[in-house]
Amino acid sequence: MDWEYFFELLLGGLTRGSIYALIALGYTMVYGIIQLINFAHGEIYMIGAFTGLIVISVLSLLGLNQIAIIFIAAMVAVIYSTAYGYTVEKIAYKPLRNAPRLSALISAIGMSLFLYNYVLLAQTSDFLPFPNLIPEFEFMEPYSHIFSSNELVIILVTAMVMILLTLLIKFTKIGKAMRATAQDKEMAMLVGVDVNRVISATFIIGSATAALGGILIASHIGQINYFIGFIAGIKAFVAAVLGGIGSIPGAVLGSLVLGWTESFATGYISSDYEDVFAFIFLVLILIFRPAGILGRTDTEKV
Amino acid sequence: MIKFSEIKKSLFISIWFVFLTFPIMVIRVNPIEKVIEWRWHNIMLVGIGSFIISYIWRYLLKRKELGDQKAKSGEEAKISMIREALSNPRVFKMAMFGVGILAVIFPFVFSIYQTNIMITALIYVMLGLGLNIVVGLAGLLDLGYVAFYAVGAYSYALLNFHYGIGFWTALPIGGALAACFGIILGFPVLRLRGDYLAIVTLGFGEIIRIILENWNEFSFGPSGIANIPRPGFFGIELSLNNSITYIYFLMIGLTLLTIFVVKRLQDSRIGRAWIALREDEIACQAMGIDKTKTKLTAFALGATWAGMAGVIFAAKTTFINPASFTVWESIIILCIVVLGGMGSVVGVITGAFILMLLPEYLRAFSEYRMLIFGAILVTMMVFRPGGMISTVRRTYQFKDETAERKR
Repeated sequence: MDWEYFFELLLGGLTRGSIYALIALGYTMVYGIIQLINFAHGEIYMIGAFTGLIVISVLSLLGLNQIAIIFIAAMVAVIYSTAYGYTVEKIAYKPLRNAPRLSALISAIGMSLFLYNYVLLAQTSDFLPFPNLIPEFEFMEPYSHIFSSNELVIILVTAMVMILLTLLIKFTKIGKAMRATAQDKEMAMLVGVDVNRVISATFIIGSATAALGGILIASHIGQINYFIGFIAGIKAFVAAVLGGIGSIPGAVLGSLVLGWTESFATGYISSDYEDVFAFIFLVLILIFRPAGILGRTDTEKV
Repeated sequence: MIKFSEIKKSLFISIWFVFLTFPIMVIRVNPIEKVIEWRWHNIMLVGIGSFIISYIWRYLLKRKELGDQKAKSGEEAKISMIREALSNPRVFKMAMFGVGILAVIFPFVFSIYQTNIMITALIYVMLGLGLNIVVGLAGLLDLGYVAFYAVGAYSYALLNFHYGIGFWTALPIGGALAACFGIILGFPVLRLRGDYLAIVTLGFGEIIRIILENWNEFSFGPSGIANIPRPGFFGIELSLNNSITYIYFLMIGLTLLTIFVVKRLQDSRIGRAWIALREDEIACQAMGIDKTKTKLTAFALGATWAGMAGVIFAAKTTFINPASFTVWESIIILCIVVLGGMGSVVGVITGAFILMLLPEYLRAFSEYRMLIFGAILVTMMVFRPGGMISTVRRTYQFKDETAERKR
């Protein structure tokens, strides 16, 4: 067995999984609180990457240094993605809070279609090259043929975001309010939780992590176009379901499992059917363990 | 009357949208040539547009709230003019007669090009009515509907290529194969809740498309299959124009058949079971309806129509490739059902004609077609979840005196 190839796939899967985790967080948090699949989430991620690219291009023409550009671009992308996430929630989901779930779902699909075409029409349908933001670190030199600095940064950022998020949800006031809303929206309202604010906060946090993911993966792959949001969104959703939707550690675990599955399947079987593996995996999981790896099964009550 | 506070609110919203759309709408970068294009005029457009839209949006939202309150306090909702006209049998008969005459003379009055567009619209009517069974009646959100369409189209193309099977044999085979696929997909996924179902069907649609694109020995890959024969007319060779007219009438006949079957299904035992299932799954099971079987029939019947529409599509265009069966096609069909009114046959037909014919005649807007479809989905769900022509729920009014006295 070729161990070097194996490790390359293992680390590649870890990177892939980290990216999925950053996007899956948004899905799982929103689902945990309002039981809605936010189809537009993938589009938010794509808008984050586009905004990042635009800011980088403008700033590099102005001639700023590399480090400043990275930080400003990441910040602007996060701000814009959160603004989009917030606005999408206000327009498409808030008026439907008490409507049947099918309506909210269709509205979400419409929003996704709208945002995707909006970027297509306002920008371009071509692939745009995305500059590599992360310089090659010197200490990574000996391993660079199987593991780039870029991938290292992705994994570190994901780990950091996860830790911060866990702390936020466990120990802050808004985190407590989120947990309360997820458990029982009406009861939370009765004890004085501003549910609308909590939902907005959830969308904002989810969009921010998606934007970070967008910039990191664009810099890793080296190109973006308007279509990246769709497939990344679907896969992140698969990851969220895999881990148990509504559970944050579940989303991370599911993303890693999906990342490795895809990495090994494309590495050892065939790369033509890359997307098929994710879907087959999803169907199998839903048949045998519908609640996901870490999700809890609850029966539907009348 | 226009209030100052309302204007202030709209102004604030338009400033927010100008901020929001600034990087995407105003700046366009060309990273290869390192050029940045600034499109300042777009700020004006976004600002004025969002100002007006926010105004209308809030007005409609307020009106809808008022309507909800009225409905709650027991006042009868106003019945729309169209529905009133439709419920009058004489007007209905006259309208049907007019539509019938128009349908018959259409290919002789208008050009072949127009007839072709009409055939496409009719195919979408059929697809819409098929999806209406699944989404509108049974309440199962199916985002992979186009997969069954693809199954129908490819089954005709491949059977014809390998075994020389003709259109009329392929039509039922395509339908049956699509139904089989519906059942194959249905078995594992129908235990899932609504939102999971949407994702899994979406995935299924993509799997079918990816397989068709990559399995070259089977489906000839992205280049597709060409030279599919048009439907035969008792073995007589038809000229191109005549055969298009022929397909047109065939499509009219099939659409009528679809409408007839869907109408009958709606009022049958199984149709009632679908509606009950949509309204409340648990109560429905308590009434002794077999949930899985009912859902499976909805899936299989919906898929059958898609399969037949696929066969006709292959025969009409004489060329198919996987690019015709993307997930966006599923969403267009969903949009037809949602715009027209979920569960309403007249609504779905109207929706299909509006969404298929308008972009053809308003060429200037065809670029924005999908953008508008997305906006339609959102606004319909927010303001009129029942669609343009929603179904009339059969209700029984308790207005006798005994009930009054008891209260």
